[in-house]
Amino acid sequence: MKTLAAEAKADQMDPALKSKKNSSLWLDSLSRVIKSKTSLIGLVIITLLIVVAIFAPQIATHSPTDQSIIDRYQSPSSEHLLGTDELGRDIFSRIVYGSRITIQIGVITVGISMIVGVFLGAVAGFFGRWVDQIIMRLIDIMMAFPSILLAIALVAVLGKSLTNAMIAVGIVGVPHFARIVRSTVLSVKETEYIEASRVIGAKNGRILFSHVLPNCLAPIIVQATLTIGTAILDAAGLSFLGLGAQPPLPEWGAMLSDGRSALQTAPWVVMFPGFAILLVVLGFNLLGDGLRDALDPRLKQ
Amino acid sequence: MLNYIIRRLVSLIPVIIGVSIIAFSLMHLVPGDPARSILGEKATETQLEMLREELNLNDPYIVQYGNFMGKIATGDLGDSIKSKESVASEIGSRLPATIELTLFAMTIAVVIGVLAGVIAAVKQYSWFDNLSMSGALFGVSMPIFWLGLMMIWLFSVELNWLPPSGRLSNDIELTKITNLYLVDSILTLNGTAFVDAFRHLLMPGLALATIPMAIIARMTRSSMLEVMKQDYIRTANAKGLAGRLVIFQHALKNASLPVLTVIGLQFGFLLGGAVLTETIFSWPGVGRYVVDAILSRDYPVVQSTILIIAIIFVLVNLITDILYTLFDPRIKLD
Repeated sequence: MKTLAAEAKADQMDPALKSKKNSSLWLDSLSRVIKSKTSLIGLVIITLLIVVAIFAPQIATHSPTDQSIIDRYQSPSSEHLLGTDELGRDIFSRIVYGSRITIQIGVITVGISMIVGVFLGAVAGFFGRWVDQIIMRLIDIMMAFPSILLAIALVAVLGKSLTNAMIAVGIVGVPHFARIVRSTVLSVKETEYIEASRVIGAKNGRILFSHVLPNCLAPIIVQATLTIGTAILDAAGLSFLGLGAQPPLPEWGAMLSDGRSALQTAPWVVMFPGFAILLVVLGFNLLGDGLRDALDPRLKQ
Repeated sequence: MLNYIIRRLVSLIPVIIGVSIIAFSLMHLVPGDPARSILGEKATETQLEMLREELNLNDPYIVQYGNFMGKIATGDLGDSIKSKESVASEIGSRLPATIELTLFAMTIAVVIGVLAGVIAAVKQYSWFDNLSMSGALFGVSMPIFWLGLMMIWLFSVELNWLPPSGRLSNDIELTKITNLYLVDSILTLNGTAFVDAFRHLLMPGLALATIPMAIIARMTRSSMLEVMKQDYIRTANAKGLAGRLVIFQHALKNASLPVLTVIGLQFGFLLGGAVLTETIFSWPGVGRYVVDAILSRDYPVVQSTILIIAIIFVLVNLITDILYTLFDPRIKLD
């Protein structure tokens, strides 16, 4: 009794303490993410990527597409920070502009996976029975292919282009979201507050969208961050095979592929775009790990 | 147990039918006329008609699908449009290359990954722990096609230590029995061929092993840390058992279940990763075959190869599940 009273008194006396007590799950998680050294590094890398993409025209020293045959295969110098490629284009500037494509790939592919996956998973988990059976069998079939192979096959059908590569990689990511959302929906569906809203007469749609899905947000966000990394890797892989971004787009995977033939004479053409991919994927993985630990410790393996 | 396996096999039937429909539909989902997209813009109407006849494209879909599945069931995977070779014999000659590469990569990934994970867990927060876990973080973020090219640049171009492509040097003789070159050279006691095949395997194997190795190391570490908190480990230590015995006999044995699951899942990943690795190192395997077929729009090859790879993938996952239940008696078979 005494301690409770003391606590109440402390609450009145210290507004900072009070606001801390009232802070939401989200604010709590955010502070945990920032406190973790690794996820902070991830956050810095991603912020850097976004800044470079926004200010690409100011940061780039040359045009990303202007060719100059006399300047081909120059090694890194003060004129060309990271050297030039087989058409004399400045690699540094191409990587800088390529960051825009990388962000686009990350956002669009994961957007596709998330929208379709969350919808399928929510419907399957919420309505159950035959709806669940049909959707989950479809998901099983999609998961029967190694993911990069399914993406390659889809691009074979849709045709070679960056847009189609993004659609393909997006579709490949659907099963993961569907499975996570379905299992979360299944557990949320059984809680008392859902039963309560049903009792007061709420319709299925309302229960699903305003009560069930908001409670699945944490795992969805974690999955999205971790998927961006793989999506960027897969899309770059497709471009590397010549199935994604087509010339003269400064997409990092495609730049790498262009440099393959000159590996002996001009290794920098391959070296720097690949390093950029590694760095960005690392950033998303670090942040994703941090978010997972902060938002949903149960997901920690 | 047998019941469980049979039930799982039966549950695979709808999945494999679904997979076969997708593989079959690939050619028909291409916008426009498949015959036109195979032969290109310059083909004449007679040539197109001949190809349509050859591929039975004039039949109704359901009949075409029936034919496709009927042939597959008898082991006839069709012929390549480009090379006219039988797809079954091409896959037959290329599959051992992919299997050898995948098994080699998995061996590297498991040995180094588990060892690094155990040491990192035992010496938690030591320099080794920090170093190997940072390495693992880079590993899971690695574009393996880039890593492969960088290896070729360093070890083949600059240092001239390892061959950049292929499975065996031209001047090496090897009697082929299993078509797994390392195994064949051991069986025929051919030392030179063994060394040569090993040197060819090393770079593609390491490149392909990178991501699984990183994932296995992280999984082993966290699983070991979990187990080492248990009372029976404290008891084992307290009664004076040697540290190594406690770690390997008591801890690792119990920590190995989640690790096994990850290893099984990674096998599937390797099949996909082989597509990129084989392309970079000109490794004559199934992955490169399917990419080449897609790039040249050789649809009969694409259909059958994708179906075969998906079936292998599904079976590997099934075997993982079965092994899992064997290793962990707590798991109910229902």
